[in-house]
Parts: sequence; C-alpha cells; structure tokens
Amino acid sequence: MTAGNGTVQWLHDRYADMRRIRRFEDITYTLFRRGTLDGTAHMAAGQEAVAVGARAALGADDYVFSTYRCHHHVIAAGAPMDRCFAELLQRRTGLCGGKGGSMHLTSVEHGVMGSYAIVGSQLPIACGAAWSAHIRGTGGVAVAFFGDGATNIGAFHEALNLAAVWRLPAVFVCENNLYAEFTAIATSINVEHPAYDRAPAYGMPAAIVDGNDVEAVHEAVATAVGRARDGDGPTLLEAKTYRRYGHSRIDPADYRPDEEEETWFARDPLTVTRRRLDELGVEASRVDETDERVGREVDEALETAMQAPEPEVGDAFADVYAEGGAGWRS
Amino acid sequence: MAELSYRYAVAEGLAREMRRDPAVVVLGEDVAAAGGVWKTTQGLLDEFGPERVWDTPISEQAIVGAAIGAAMTGLRPIAEIMYADFLGVCWDQIANQAAKLRYMTAGQLTVPLVIRTIHGGGVAKGAQHSQSPENWALAVPGLRVACPSTPADVVGLLAGAVRADDPVVVFEHKGLLGSKGEVPDDEHVLELGRAAVRRRGTDLTIVALSATVRLALEAAAELEGQDVSAEVIDLRTLVPLDAGCVLESFKRTSRLLIVEENPRQGGWGAQIAALVAEEAFWYLDAPITRVAGESVPLPAARGLENAVLPSADQVTETALKLART
Repeated sequence: MTAGNGTVQWLHDRYADMRRIRRFEDITYTLFRRGTLDGTAHMAAGQEAVAVGARAALGADDYVFSTYRCHHHVIAAGAPMDRCFAELLQRRTGLCGGKGGSMHLTSVEHGVMGSYAIVGSQLPIACGAAWSAHIRGTGGVAVAFFGDGATNIGAFHEALNLAAVWRLPAVFVCENNLYAEFTAIATSINVEHPAYDRAPAYGMPAAIVDGNDVEAVHEAVATAVGRARDGDGPTLLEAKTYRRYGHSRIDPADYRPDEEEETWFARDPLTVTRRRLDELGVEASRVDETDERVGREVDEALETAMQAPEPEVGDAFADVYAEGGAGWRS
Repeated sequence: MAELSYRYAVAEGLAREMRRDPAVVVLGEDVAAAGGVWKTTQGLLDEFGPERVWDTPISEQAIVGAAIGAAMTGLRPIAEIMYADFLGVCWDQIANQAAKLRYMTAGQLTVPLVIRTIHGGGVAKGAQHSQSPENWALAVPGLRVACPSTPADVVGLLAGAVRADDPVVVFEHKGLLGSKGEVPDDEHVLELGRAAVRRRGTDLTIVALSATVRLALEAAAELEGQDVSAEVIDLRTLVPLDAGCVLESFKRTSRLLIVEENPRQGGWGAQIAALVAEEAFWYLDAPITRVAGESVPLPAARGLENAVLPSADQVTETALKLART
C-alpha cells in the first residue's frame, strides 16, 4: 500500500500540516470567544485536507488564490504562523501589517496571491495569473479556491468560460461545505453538485473528490495541474467537505441538522488520515507525538504574535499608491 | 510632429508602449480582429500578434479580473471596457480589487493595470451608452484617473498610465475621436497629475476636463470679444489632482468656473469647489460656479440630451455673469 506520492512519511507530514491548521483554527475560535480577536474570522477547521492536499501538488511557480476562509491555504503554503496570528490580531508584524485582517491573508513569497472577501472575485483574477504564466512561458499554474456559494455568482461563470475558451493553465477547486453562509447550498441551486454540474456548460473537465481525504485531493489536483502544465487547459474540482465551526466568528451553525454533523464529523480529515496511517503501520504514539510537536509550534507562534506591536498610525497612509503613500493630489 | 486624429492617437499610443515593453498586452471585446468598436486598437493585432492582443468574451468581470491577475504577476495589461457605462458590470473588480490589493496586502501585490474606456454624451444613444462616470472612479482611493482631451495627451497619458505601477482608468471621449492635433514623433510621456494651462487669462479661471476643455476654449474665445480674459485649465487627470495648478491660477483670478460633463450631483467639480473653498476661501471675489451635466439619466432624444449636457454657450453666459459679479 502506498500513501500519497508514495511514502508513509509523506502522509504523516500532510497529517502534521492539517493538525497545524486545526490547532490554529481552534485557538482562533477560542480567542474570539474570549473577545481577544477584533473584526471577524472564518475558520477552515474541517476543510484542511483540501488546502493541504492541493498544496502538495504545487510548485514554486504556481499561484494560489483564496477566499475570506483562507487560513488553511496560507498555512498550508508555509507562511509563518506567528505572522498569520499577528494578522488576525491586527498587529504590525502580521502578513499584511494588520491592514488586511483575517479575510485577506496573503503571502506572495509563498505563492498565495491574495485572499478575496467578495465572493467569487478571485476566480477572474486567477484566470489572469494563469494567462500571464502562459504568456510569460513560466509553466506556472493558477489554483483558485472558492466555496459552494460562489458558484451562483457571475464572476464564477465568466471566469470558467474565459479559462476554458483560452485554455488557461488554471485549476478551480470548489470547497463544497454544503452551506453558503447560513443557507444550505441545496436550497439555492437546481442541480446536485454546485460546481461539478456546471462544468459541462463551459466544456471543462471536472471531477468530484472526497475533500476530507488528503490523498484523494492531492491526486485529483496533481492530475489537474499536470493537464494545465501540458497546455490542455483548466479543470474544475468539487471537493466535498464540511466545516467544524459555523460560517464565521462564533456562529454556532444551529441551522445544521445534528445527524448531518455527526456523519461528517465522523469523517473528519484528521480522523481519516489517522486511520490511514494506522493501516499503514504507523504507531499511534508517533502520531500523538506529531500532535504534541505541532501543538507546541502553534502555541509558540501565538505567543510571539501576542507580543507583537500594534500598527503605527502612519501605516494607515502607506501603500495606497505604488509610490508608497496616499497621495491623491499633487 | 505629425497630425493625428484622437482615434488614431489611441492606437498609436498603445503601439508605442507595446513596442517599448513586451510585458504590455491588450485585451477586451473586439479589440483584436475587429480593431475595436471605436477603431482605437486598429493595427495592433497585425503588428503584435495574438499573444499580445486578445479578444475576450462579453465578460467585463473576467476582462478586468484577468487584467488584475496578469498585472500582479509581471505583465502590464491594458484592458478595454467598450463603454464607460459598462464599468458598472465590473465595478467590484475595479473598486474592490484593483484599487485595494496593494493596500490590503501591505504592498505585497502591485497592480500596474490600465483600464481604457470611452465616456461622453452627445451621441443620442440613451442612458446606458452615454455617461461620463469619471466621478465614480474619482471616489475610490487607490485608483488613478486620466481623461485626455487632445491627441498628444492621448499618447502622453497612455504612456504615463502604462508606466505607472497603479491601476489607472483612462477615459477617452466619444465626441473627441475625430478631432485632430499634433503628436510628437519622439517618445512622449505625460506624468499623471500635471494639469495643462490651455489658455492664459486674468479675469477668471475655467477648470475643464476631456471634452469640456473644448467648450471652455470656445467660450474663452467668445469672452475675449467681450473684454473678459479667461484662463482655461485642462486637469488631464482627476487622480492625482493637480491642486497646485488650480489654486495658483485661482489666486490670480479670484473667480472660478468649473465645467464638467458628469452629473452635478457628486460630480468632480464638487471636489474642485471644495478644494478652493477649503484652501483659498479668502481669495474669492464671487461664488464658485459650476456648469455641469444635469442630475438626470441621459435621454436619447437629441433635443433633450442637448438640454442636459453642458454647452459652450452655457459656459460663455455663466462666465460673463461670473466676471461681472
């Protein structure tokens, strides 16, 4: 039996990546409950396998575009967690200097070209990065993540059509967590699969993937990325997954039936991967050690971020324009 | 110097930047094979080929979005939005994305993007193909806004816009496409944020933009016959705004008339009026006056449209009254 790209260690590493994100999100939720975090946050706990599996299929020339539910993509890309926490805490050392906040985590040096909080807006932009990679001949691929709710907005349809007709090296990954904010996606579409069922209209290859299985996600994304790199155009993937928390902040997600939650929580991506590691002969104690190690890392990152300074008032006037400032008049 | 039409100057300006920098690419509806519905991209496909000049579907969000994504990854795209009215279709990409990405990411992302579009009435096309919505763009920090009034400025401001590292919305005017003017043969680049004094005068300052510069100049010629000396300023760009040029002129004339085609309601002239009231109030000899588009959607019927858009006669009459106040 093989795992992921062929080694047990690979899968164990992906488990660690997912555990790191889970710990980050659990702490984020706690900080909200305590009133330590201002603004908002959209926890991605439960959806880690999509981000981690996809990321493992990408290289240095590839681009990732995310949504307001972005923590998992940025952490999976390798952005320093203390700077992620610092951004949520709106500190000066945050990835975006505290000016982006939880919904706009960006780390260009890790290929994360922004997190976009207007639903669906990142899809056309990802097309542009793919188009640019094609024109510049870099071999790069742009991956756009989006939620099931985004499949009903115009930008989604315009982007899919453009990518298909221009045969762009792009991969569109829908994280279908069954809810568009507080509304079941099933009540706002007349097809079964919000993303997958739309792909034929654009002549785009598509697949449904188990979004709680990191190996399955990795394989599907790797296939799509390979097709894009070969010049065969874009692919749409619909990853079925489920969020552990509500839509944002401390939303208790009362609108979700108990049985549905039980079914999905039993298939939590960490549980699935632990079981798989067990099947592959990895001792439970070794996985426990990973949990502890990663937990310590995340806790230390939080501690660093909590010590970080607030932004300075002058920062509010920086970077409006490329000259560095906010000069709208001469 | 060669005499070029405003229309041809657009294609020439684009071609010059494309020759200079291989990162410059053009995309939009009908811009390649058809040469643009306004024929402002004619010849680009022949000279630069299909990897530099791209026809798009009728998908304004995809056009601007793709341009943003390309701009942040090393290209310098020039996106055409066929009519300025259609900016409404892609306003999220312009106002929420292009304008804010640099700021939200603390400078990690840079969006050196040009959005060309055409504005202006006087064409009897009704409310959705005639607007002058440069005031929409003016209201969004992070955007730059240019509105050339002459063929030379078309070439110069396009060069300035392409070379700027910020998103720039360039409004070309339908009513000016056939107008002609001298364009320098050599490289001609205008820095954004430098107004032009089109006519020197001493009795009042007329601030104009795009097609209203012509109205202001016609009025100024008429006024001269009535012993009124009007200075005419062509702002060229709304952002950056050449406040220094406006204030310097106004402090000499102490009378200010603003001529704008966009609606009086929230029009850019209100910004100029506020600037002068805030920073040069004690120089005022008469109330600040605006000749503006009326605050109505533009009607198709010629007679109605003419009644609600500014005219040279209106500028002349208003200026006379102002000069004698």
